[in-house]
Amino acid sequence: MNTVEITYYAMLKEQRGRASETVQTDAGDFNALYEELRATHGFRYPRERLKVARNDEFVSWDTPVRDGDRVAFIPPVAGGR
Amino acid sequence: MFALSDQPITEHPLLRDYTHDEAGALAVFEGRVRVKNQGRSVTQLEYEGAEALAQNEFVRIEKEALDRFDIVEVRCVHRVGLLKIGDVAVWIGVLAGHRGPAFDACRYIIDELKKRLPIWKKEYYTDGDSGWINAP
Repeated sequence: MNTVEITYYAMLKEQRGRASETVQTDAGDFNALYEELRATHGFRYPRERLKVARNDEFVSWDTPVRDGDRVAFIPPVAGGR
Repeated sequence: MFALSDQPITEHPLLRDYTHDEAGALAVFEGRVRVKNQGRSVTQLEYEGAEALAQNEFVRIEKEALDRFDIVEVRCVHRVGLLKIGDVAVWIGVLAGHRGPAFDACRYIIDELKKRLPIWKKEYYTDGDSGWINAP
């Protein structure tokens, strides 16, 4: 069991109703962690629409979860043309 | 150099004393708040950013620009918080020896920044509605 700190931004923050939380998880990678949180909180985003960051750097979804990770799921950004 | 700021960009310290003896050109791009978006009238905008992640990702974009183009220095300031029509939302300034690379790098940086920086925009409309841009 790992303890991780999740930060939510923008649309995900509104869907979760808070900006951050500490979570205990058995998820092996960030893919599994997001699916676990999505099942719990009913996030509307499929994983394909998001990116994931650990300790302020983008990482791939199959990166193993480590104890103490600071994790952020990044919704689609503002963009523009 | 990159900064997120909740104060007017035009007064940000990064815009001042921006010179270099080797630089004969400064290309600047400003993104401003527009009244119409996709046919709807906007009253104000709110930007939110993931600061440390944005800072780290900008460093990568800056390095890419310095590798690709013959430029001297890059500075960028992006707003967070509430903005009104006409306010500057993002400012990019590229110093180079000559104007060609300065323009090219400036274009590269704004395009990459829009795709990659973790910054979100919420629009507030005249009809009282609001929404995050790119939300499904």
